Amino acid sequence: MAAAAESKGDMLDVRNVVKRQGTRETVKDVSLSLRAGERLALLGHNGAGKTTLIRMILGLTRIDGGSISVFGNRPGDGKARRITSYLPESVVFHKSLSGLEQLALFARLAGQPVDECMPLLERVGLSDAAHRRVGTYSKGMRQRLGLAQVLLGRPRLALLDEPTSGLDPISRHDFYGIVDDMAAQGTAVLVSSHALTELEARTDRIAILRAGRLVAMDSLENLRRRAGLPIQIRVKAAEGHAAEVAGSLGGNRMNGCRVELSCLADQKMARLKAITALGDAVADVDVVPPSLEDLYRYYAAGEAGS
Amino acid sequence: MMRRIFAIAGAELRIALRNRWILIATSLMVLFSLALTFSGSAPTGALGVDLLTVSVASMTTLSVYLVPLLALLMSFDAIAGEVERGALALVLTYPVSRGELLVGKLVSHLVVLSLAVFLGFGIAGLAAWLAGGASGESLAALLRLCWSAVVLGASFLAIGYALSSVARSSSAAAGLAIGVWILFVVLYDLGLLGALVYDGGGFFTRKLFPLLLAANPADAFRIFNLSGAGKVALASGLAGATTGLPTWAVLISMFGWPLAVLALARLALKRVEP
Repeated sequence: MAAAAESKGDMLDVRNVVKRQGTRETVKDVSLSLRAGERLALLGHNGAGKTTLIRMILGLTRIDGGSISVFGNRPGDGKARRITSYLPESVVFHKSLSGLEQLALFARLAGQPVDECMPLLERVGLSDAAHRRVGTYSKGMRQRLGLAQVLLGRPRLALLDEPTSGLDPISRHDFYGIVDDMAAQGTAVLVSSHALTELEARTDRIAILRAGRLVAMDSLENLRRRAGLPIQIRVKAAEGHAAEVAGSLGGNRMNGCRVELSCLADQKMARLKAITALGDAVADVDVVPPSLEDLYRYYAAGEAGS
Repeated sequence: MMRRIFAIAGAELRIALRNRWILIATSLMVLFSLALTFSGSAPTGALGVDLLTVSVASMTTLSVYLVPLLALLMSFDAIAGEVERGALALVLTYPVSRGELLVGKLVSHLVVLSLAVFLGFGIAGLAAWLAGGASGESLAALLRLCWSAVVLGASFLAIGYALSSVARSSSAAAGLAIGVWILFVVLYDLGLLGALVYDGGGFFTRKLFPLLLAANPADAFRIFNLSGAGKVALASGLAGATTGLPTWAVLISMFGWPLAVLALARLALKRVEP
C-alpha cells in the first residue's frame, strides 16, 4: 500500500505505536502517516482508542511502544507544540471568561498577536457572542470557540477529536468547509469520529480503528473495493411486466412492480446489460452502492479477513 | 516566558474577580479584623499599649486560621479542577510549561490574597488608630503582619497546588486541603502541647519544642509577629514561650516552606496526566 511513510513531507509519522493501560493494550501496533495538506478521518467506536492515539500524538500521555514524530519532533516538546493544534472532544472553557478573552489567552500562550482573535471569531461565526461569557454559550458555540483556537497561528498539524459531535448539520457543513480551507493552506488535518457520514467521507483517507488496532486505512473508493460489499440494483418493471422481469433476472420481487437484485461490483455491468436487454418491460433502474454505514460496519465489526 | 505567566495570571485574576473570590476574601478579612479589633480592645489600659498594638496581636491570631484557609480554598482546585474539565489537556498542548502555569496561578492568587490582607488589616488598623491611637512601633507591627501574612498564604497556596496535583479529583483535593488545614493550625499545636505537659520541663521543652514550633509555617508566622515586637508580645502573652528560639529559624521556616512546597508541587504536577 502507498501508505508507507517514506516521503519527506510527512507532518505526522506514527510507527507501531502501543499503549497499555494496566495489562490491557488499548492501542495495538498502530502505524499511520499524514502529509501536509492531507485530511484523514480516524473512525472507530467509543473506546476503540482514537482519543488515546490523539493524546499520544500530543504528548499528553506516555507511549508504551513504537514511536511518533511530529515533523521530526518528539510529541509534546516545544517545537511540536508550536506547530500542532488540538480540539478536545468536549471543550470545557472557563465559564467566567468571554469568548474573546479565552481566545486571547490562547493567543498569548501560543505567542500569536491578540488582534488575530476577533477575525477568527468572525470566521467561526461567533463575532456577535465574542464579548459574552462562555457560560452562556450553547454546546455548538463552545465547539466553534474550540475550533477558533485550533485556527490560531495557522498550525501545520491539527488534531480534532470528535469535532462535530455537538453540531447541527449546517454547522457540520461549515465545519468541514473550514477543515478544507486549512488543508488547502497546507495543514495536515486528522479528524476523529465515531460514525462515517457524507462529510467524513470527503476526507482524503479514512482510517478505521477497532479495539485499538488499525483495521483499514485507505481512500473511500479503495475501502469500497476491498470490502466487496454487494451493490443493490432496484428495477422498476413497466405495468404488467413485473412477473416477467423477476423471472428473467432472479432477485426478490418487492411489490407489484419492483424487483431488487444484488451483485458484486465486477458483475454490475453484466447485470445492467441483462436489464436493458429486457427493453420496454423495464421502466426504471436505480443502482445503489453500499452505504457508508454498511462499509463502516463491515470494517469496524471485523469482517475484514485480516 | 513572562508573557505566558502574565497571560495566565491575568486570566486567573479576571476569573477570581468574576467569581466574587476577591470580594469574598477581602470582605471576610475586613469584617473579622474589625470585629477582633473592637472586641479585643479591653486590655489596652492594663498593659499600657495603644489599641493598634492589641489589634495587631488579635489579627495575628486570626490570620493563623484564616489565611491558610483562604489560601487552600483558592488553590485546592487549581490543578485537579482543570484536569476534570479537560482544560489542562488543552492548555498543555500550547507551548507553555507546567512550571509557567503554576507560577502564573501563584501570582494571581497572591494578588488576591494581598488585596484581602492589606485591605482587611489596613482598614481595621486605621479604625484602631482613629479610635485608640497608634505609634510608630504599632504601625510597623501592622505592616509586618500584612506582608508576613502574604508569605504565610504563599506556603498554603503551594501546599494546595501540591495536593491538587496529587489528588485524583477535585473533591478529593478539597478533602485533603481541609485535612491539611486542621493538621497545621489545630492538631500540630495540640500535639506539641500534649508533649510539653508529658515532658514536664525537660529536654524536649527546652531544646526541641521551640524548633518544632518554628517548623510549622503557621506557628512560625505567629512567633514572628507576636514575639518580634516587644509590645505586641506583651499584649499576646507569648513572650515567654519562645525564648531561646533564634530569629533565623523562624525566617527559614517562613520563607523555606513556600519555596520548598512549590518545588514539590512542580514535581507533583509533572506526574499529572491531564
